[in-house]
Amino acid sequence: MSTQMQQLYQQVILDHSRSRIGNSALLGENAAGPHGYSHQVNPTCGDEIELETELLEDGRIAVRWSGDGCSISMASASVLSELADDSTIEGMLKIEGQFHELMHSRGTMEADEEVLGDAAAFTGVSKFPARIKCALLSWVAFKDALNQAQTAREEKRHA
Amino acid sequence: MFARLRGDFPILDERVGESPLSYLDSGATSQKPQCVIDTFTEYYAQRNAAVHRGAHTLAVRATDAFEGGRAAVAGLVGGAPEQVCWTKNATEALNIVALGIDRASHGFGGEAAKRFAIGEGDSIVVTEMEHHANLVPWQQLAASTGASLRWLPVTEAGELDLSELDSIVDETTKVLAFTHVSNVLGTVNPVDTLVARARAVGSAVVLDACQSVPHMPVDFVDLDVDFAAFSAHKALGPTGLGVLWGKPELLDALPPVLTGGSMITTVTMENTEFMPAPQRFEAGTQPVAEVAAFATAVGYLVEVGLENVYAHERELAEVLLDGIAEIPGIRVLGSAEQRIGTVAFDVEGVHAHDVGQYLDSQGVAVRVGHHCAQPLHRRFGVTASTRASTYLYNNVEDCQRFLAALAEVRPFFGVGEQAS
Repeated sequence: MSTQMQQLYQQVILDHSRSRIGNSALLGENAAGPHGYSHQVNPTCGDEIELETELLEDGRIAVRWSGDGCSISMASASVLSELADDSTIEGMLKIEGQFHELMHSRGTMEADEEVLGDAAAFTGVSKFPARIKCALLSWVAFKDALNQAQTAREEKRHA
Repeated sequence: MFARLRGDFPILDERVGESPLSYLDSGATSQKPQCVIDTFTEYYAQRNAAVHRGAHTLAVRATDAFEGGRAAVAGLVGGAPEQVCWTKNATEALNIVALGIDRASHGFGGEAAKRFAIGEGDSIVVTEMEHHANLVPWQQLAASTGASLRWLPVTEAGELDLSELDSIVDETTKVLAFTHVSNVLGTVNPVDTLVARARAVGSAVVLDACQSVPHMPVDFVDLDVDFAAFSAHKALGPTGLGVLWGKPELLDALPPVLTGGSMITTVTMENTEFMPAPQRFEAGTQPVAEVAAFATAVGYLVEVGLENVYAHERELAEVLLDGIAEIPGIRVLGSAEQRIGTVAFDVEGVHAHDVGQYLDSQGVAVRVGHHCAQPLHRRFGVTASTRASTYLYNNVEDCQRFLAALAEVRPFFGVGEQAS
């Protein structure tokens, strides 16, 4: 097996792609806190994800998603959900920024495991240009849904 | 013969990492023999000029190359050279027909174009196995004219379900557009049955021949279709070139969509008269070098013989299908008897993208995704599949390397251990 394949398909990624964290029914309007929703499609392969964020009172973000796609995209959504469980909004935005930068580094960037946690395992993906979108699909949905949740919270405050 | 001609394709000597290349993605685009590649250099070094104008020697050489390409294609698929119109690709060719009918339906093209006009109460019929290029333009035409869009469904075997043919294609049907060969399943459709039904109800027939012309003998005159489209790049030729073939009286009556230079007879400030086909569909500067290169490709195919290409690929298809049947957890989409060397399949528990990535690591190039046929994939309950597609330069060894790599996919991703 080539080293590149081992770099791409880290055990962490294969594990997350099989037992997926956050892969659960969306609540929609039944969510208690301010929430946002995003549906992202990768038109080149048909992979898709529906992702929901809900702002919790303790400052964390609950992430729920369902999707259909390759191991990279599904594992990425799972890792994202796991990280959200242990992080604040600010923390997640920092992770999102670093992850985005890492994915576009063509393998030249060293992942900061302190910040990225399991998401650091995706370093190898950045060497495969055709797969970067797979890794980013859930993160694009997350950022979109988070924006909406934050807007919903602002509107609630001003109401 | 086939063992020898593999050497004509320099790209097949490329290596992918540590592995030799087994290219099984010719359904997407074919590789080019050295003679086709050389034609580009030779054309630009010795013949390049503007075609259909200028009195100088180079202009004559360039025009000969351009028109000679038409004759070569007519020799391959039947009809006269004037029935061959150059387009950017097959998608554009199909759009020229759909949009031409749209224009005719909105009063363009005068008396001659009225035969194409459609509207509310009329129907356009396609099939569930179409490439998006032969589906979306017809959806657009239906939306623009008020005609309804119907389709022939696909059976589990990956063949057209013709049990309701007479009610789906009825007296309201003005266009029947379908693919000769499925780009996903490899199924060869019964053109004669469909054309006969279209003739019975007075419908025009549009054939997507992208996956048939490169792989089997095809004669559009014998098939009695009205329009046909295919691309050069899937048939050993260059990218950037497609063919719209049509019956002469229909081509000359269809309103052109792209208008401007090179396609007119008389222009005043108020009005324009268009040339007959093929020039009426060839506005602006044309891909002359590409035509010259495609003429070389067509010559190559004719020399090999399309019936030999078909037989060779059928043998490879058997190797692929027999081999896949022995690997646990693989579901082949469709099982048509009439087919070319294109096989699409689902690997249980592993997404097509991951399958393709693993095969690539072993030097095997296949296509993954929906292959521009989302409705067909939905029909088979998947969003994506993996497709291996052969051509004349492939050999049994390519198929065996593919099968060996495919057998390793599920173990690599840790699925189906119990089954194996």
